[in-house]
Order: sequence, then structure tokens, then C-alpha cells
Amino acid sequence: MTLAVFFGCSFIAFGPALGLCLFSVVREPLRVIILVAGAFFWLVSLLLSSLVWFIAVKASDPGDEPLQKGLLIFGVLFSVLLQEAFRFLYYKLLRKAIEGLVALSEDGCSPISIQQMAYVAGLGFGLMSGAFSMINLLADALGPGTVGIHGDSQLYFLTSAFMTMVMIFLHTFWGILFFHGCETQRWWEMVAVIFTHLIVSGLTFWNPLYLGSLIPSYLLMFATAAWAYVLSGGCTQNLLRSLQGEYLVQPHVQRRSPARDPASEG
Amino acid sequence: MLRKEPLCLRRKDLFCVAIIGFHRAVPMTELSAHLPQFQHGQLTENFPDNHLCNTNDNSERRRHDNSERRRNDNPESETNGQPQNRTQQVVEQDEEDEELTLKYGAKHVIMLFAPVTLCMVVVVATIKSVSFYTRKDGQLIYTPFTEDTDTVGQRALNSILNAAIMISVIIVMTILLVVLYKYRCYKVIHGWLIISSLLLLFFFSFIYLGEVFKTYNVAMDYITLALMIWNFGVVGMICIHWKGPLRLQQAYLIMISALMALVFIKYLPEWTAWLILAVISVYDLVAVLCPKGPLRMLVETAQERNETLFPALIYSSTMMWLVNMAEEDPEAQRKASKSSTYDKQAAANQIQNEDADLDDGGFNPEWEQQRDSRIGPLESTPESRAAVQALPSNSQASEDPEERGVKLGLGDFIFYSVLVGKASATASGDWNTTLACFVAILIGLCLTLLLLAIFKKALPALPISITFGLVFYFATDNLVQPFMDQLAFHQFYI
Repeated sequence: MTLAVFFGCSFIAFGPALGLCLFSVVREPLRVIILVAGAFFWLVSLLLSSLVWFIAVKASDPGDEPLQKGLLIFGVLFSVLLQEAFRFLYYKLLRKAIEGLVALSEDGCSPISIQQMAYVAGLGFGLMSGAFSMINLLADALGPGTVGIHGDSQLYFLTSAFMTMVMIFLHTFWGILFFHGCETQRWWEMVAVIFTHLIVSGLTFWNPLYLGSLIPSYLLMFATAAWAYVLSGGCTQNLLRSLQGEYLVQPHVQRRSPARDPASEG
Repeated sequence: MLRKEPLCLRRKDLFCVAIIGFHRAVPMTELSAHLPQFQHGQLTENFPDNHLCNTNDNSERRRHDNSERRRNDNPESETNGQPQNRTQQVVEQDEEDEELTLKYGAKHVIMLFAPVTLCMVVVVATIKSVSFYTRKDGQLIYTPFTEDTDTVGQRALNSILNAAIMISVIIVMTILLVVLYKYRCYKVIHGWLIISSLLLLFFFSFIYLGEVFKTYNVAMDYITLALMIWNFGVVGMICIHWKGPLRLQQAYLIMISALMALVFIKYLPEWTAWLILAVISVYDLVAVLCPKGPLRMLVETAQERNETLFPALIYSSTMMWLVNMAEEDPEAQRKASKSSTYDKQAAANQIQNEDADLDDGGFNPEWEQQRDSRIGPLESTPESRAAVQALPSNSQASEDPEERGVKLGLGDFIFYSVLVGKASATASGDWNTTLACFVAILIGLCLTLLLLAIFKKALPALPISITFGLVFYFATDNLVQPFMDQLAFHQFYI
């Protein structure tokens, strides 16, 4: 494995997230704190789900392969549910934080909105999830070895990188959706997030049949992205305008469209 | 502690350094413990809650005064030790500070995140690349019992004894410092500080550079090496003990902390290291919160004498006012410090007032240690600070004539880096464990600041982060790593 593999996979996996961070999170101290706290919450959820899995494994027969795999699948599903539970807990915490911020601010409005918090929290979850999935792989990619020498797929690193990227994006969008569902009391949005998360994790059970896991995940990611975009106040007009660069070139056009929500991207 | 006042280097800082140099590992811990104190050092007279910040000494005395104020003040300025002129200025500023603290909350947290992260990155990068620091080349004399024993029970016993000896040495040295301070043996303290920082800047960095060259197989002659080390050391001494550009000073403090953390990582055996980390956190908690704690006594003594405890080694995010050690005259010092400031004048005034220059202000290692372990008291909660931070840009700190920075004791840097470095050196989970410890420490830092704002009294900064770090280290290494291993093997994603 070469440096090219290392850099390629790391940029595939973390490039977009890094861009998101650099352009929207790093400059604002409050967002950085929310990002790190989101990562922490994800970590705690992982810890608890690993504990449950560990206990289950220790209580079972280590030689029974199908049982171990079944326990692993159970561990994955339980971890997904726990992650969403912690996302809900984090939402509760951020809600309280907003009240505190409003109370402490000079003009009675919070310096950061719940939508922005949702975006950053989702990004925090995604980054930590991606980091935990990918970092050890990247470290191994720097060392000697041949991928798939025992007959496994040779695309292991590449597909892991792509899967990590899609998971990071998905976590970001799930954050937006979930928080929006909590805010507006639309429980189906939260259920949809949980359901989609379970589906995406379930799809990875088909690995190394990558067509079955990567492509549907990406499709789901685009669908979730569109939904999150719409929920954040975006509309196709704005999207077309931004693609055509109209916001930059013709600011007066913006004035004619008061309905545009500049906080779409948080 | 987070102080609003500008950072000001004091002799205490030097003291801390000296102490470290003197006793290698042991003083370092004390130092680090004291370092935090320094940060508090800046506490204004009324900061009784220095403990939070790290400075035990300052905190005690100042805590009460400052805590209320400071906490509400900008956390930005962790005064290095300017408490002196505070009284009046402090009073006026209290009200302002209360508002300002809220404003500067999140920004100050980030001002601490960045250097802590940088120090950890340096330590982890070194551990991963330079094998010298993970190679077992004996142990310190403070940890005489070996961990290469036949039984697990024997190993556990040995490590407990090692930790006990180390902590006793630290306590003894702290008490010695309190005694020295009480009997006004300032020259001894000063000399100690200078020797410590000389040792750190020249000897330890020479070893570090040598090992890096060995790792990368770089050929180097002694003349060039001597020139490099000489320049590095002299500029470091000037920056730390006198005046220098802020960024350079910060960089040197981070490098020093990283060097010390590396020494700890190398010479402390595994179980001993974890035990020492845990015990140091408890010690910090006790020393800061107990009425008879040495750090508290130090601060009270300093307060009685109306001296400022200057932070020997305190990382400051704003311009640091360096105390001229040779300067005995407070007036002269004020002038000197004024000239050395290239930041807010207001801060300068505050610093100026301190006349602690005469003596090192009783920055005994304990104080520093306390300070070290504690981040300066944060007056504001992250939310309030975030709220302020989030205000439109015209409320940026730069427009504030009294831009304050945040100060953190070097001991905190050192222990955080020791934890993360040890995690990266010895964990089976490797990078996952390192990352988990890193996030845990950052969150501990946040929580400490938050608690500070809520309770408005001095709280030790080391315990929460170290506890989180330890919990996450052991949990990730033993529970999460097997799970993630299995997931990666099957390429499942959660």
C-alpha cells in the first residue's frame, strides 16, 4: 500500500467533511464547541453499545461463528438505536443551551439557531463516526501489505473511504432532520431518520457486495440531502441561482426574493 | 484559570520551571500543578477561585475577590499575575467584566482548545515516529519499583508504591515551596526557576533533537547542532522570562510542555503512569478545595502579603506581560512591563500594578501546580460566552480596549499530553483510543469551564479531564476496540 492510497482514501473519506468544517465551523467558537460535544456524545453511545456487545460476546461461545456474527449484527443494530437516542439527548441539551444563550445575550436572541446547531451536531456525529471507522485503516494503509491477498476484495480501502464519506454526510443530514422533527413535533421525521440509519447499516451487511451497499447508501444520502435542504428553508430556485452564481454576481436579485432563507446552510 | 487580565509572566513561572528542571519528573508534576496556579496568578486580588484555574495560591487569595469578578470577566485574560493594582480597577471592571465574561466564553474555550490540541499533536506525533520515547530505558528514581514482575499482584503493588512515592515527593516539594515562600526565600525560588528552565530549554531539547535526527537518519555535526540548540534555548529563555512576541512565547510554552510530557511518558512505567495521573487529579481536587491544602495556604500567604503570585509557566493567549526578574522596583517593573506590552494598555495597567516582581510572589510549585491543574476560573459559561461571541463582529474582542486572553497552566498541558501520549503509545486500539482520549479531554476542559461559571468558585481543572480521559482510555481500549475490529473485519458500518 502506498502513500497514494493513504492520501487518496483519507481525502475521499474526510475531504468533504473537512471542507464543511473549514468553511462553516472553524471560525465560530460556539460551533466548534458544539462539534466537539457532538463527537463526544457519539463516542459515549458507541461506548455503551460496545459494552453491551462485549458482555453478549463474553457470555456466549466464542467458537460458534454464526452466533458471533449474529451477535455482531445485533451489536450494530443496537448501536444504531443508541446513537439516535444520544442524538435525541444531545438535542435536549442544545435546547437548554439555547435558552441559556438567549438569557445571556444582550438582545434577547440566541447567537446560534437550532438549525445551525443541528447541522454542526450532525457533522460532529458524522466526523467522529467516520474517524473511528477510518483512522485505523488509514494507519494500516501507510504500512506494508497487500490488500485482499487472502481472496478478499481488493477494493477494501477504496470502498471503506467511500462508505465513510457517505456516513459522514448522512449523519449531518440526519442531524438536521432529527432536530427539525424534534422542534416541530413531527415524529415521523425522527422515525424516518432511525429507519434510514438502520437501513444504511443493514446494507453494509452485504459487504463485500459493494454494489448492494454503496449505491443504495448514496441514493439514500441524496434523498436525505434534498429533504434536509428543503426543511432548512431551501428551494430549487435558490439552488439554481447559486449554481449560476447569481448570488455573487447580482446581489440585487436577492433583494427581489425575500423568501430566501440565508440560513439554509447553517 | 481563565483570567481576564492580560497574561503576565511572573517569577513564579520561572520558579515552576526551575523546580521542574531540578527534579526532573517530580518537579515537573509539581510544576505543572503549580503552573495552573500561575494562571490564576493573574487573578486579581479578588480572585479567590484560582483553584479552578490551576493556581492554587492565587486562587485562594484571589479567588474570593476575583472569582466573582473574574469569572464574570472575560475569561480571556488570565492574568498572569497582575493582581496588584487590581483593587480599584478591579472594582470598576467587575461590572464590565461580568458582561464581558459572557461575551468571551466560547472564544476563550477555543483559545484553550487550540494550544492543548497542538501540544497533544506534537506529543502524539513524536511518540508515533521517534521510538526513543517508547523504549524502556530505566525508570526515574522517584519510581524505584519495577513493573517487570512475575505476577500481576506484584506488579500492581509495585505500581501503587511508585505512585505513592511520586505523590509524596510532589507533596513534600510543594510544602517546601510553601515554606520557602513563607520565609521569603525568594532568591532560592528564583534560582530554582532559572535552572529548571535552562535544563528544559537546552538539555531536554538537545536530547529530543538528537533522537529526531536518529529516527530520520539525518547527519548533523556538533557545531551546527550547538548553534541550533544555543539559539533555541536563548530565545526561549528570553521569550519565557522576559519579553517576546506572543506567538513565539506561546510556541515555546507548548514545546516545553510537550518535552516534559515526553519525559514523563518515557520514564514512567505503564501502570504507574495511569495511577499517577489518577492520584494527581485527586490531589489537585483536594489541594484546591480543602482549607488546609498547601496551595490554598500559599495563596493565602501571598494575599496576606499583598503580593502577586506570578505564573511561572502559564500559557497565555494574549500578550503576556513578562516580569523582569531582575527588576526589584515595582515602579520600574511597571515601566518595563508597559514597554513590553504590545497589546491592550488596560491590561498593562493591571499588570503593572503588581509589585510581585520583587519576590516571585510565592509561586511555589504547589501554587503553580494547582494552577496548572486548574484552568483559570472561567467566569462565563460556554453558553454565555458563546452568546457573546456570537454577537455581530463589531463586538469582537479586538475592539475591546481590554482584550483579554485566556491562560492555562502548563501543568495541565503536560498532564493532558501525558494521557494522550500514553494512550497512543500503549493502546491496542491505537488511533481510536488516542482520538477518544483527545475528545474526552477537550470535553473535560469545556465542562470545567462551565462548572466554573456555574459554581463561581475555584475548582480544579485537572480532575474532570483526566477522569474522562482515563475512563475513555480504558473503555475504548478494552470494549470499543474489539467491537470496531470486528466491524472493520466484516466491513459493517454503524
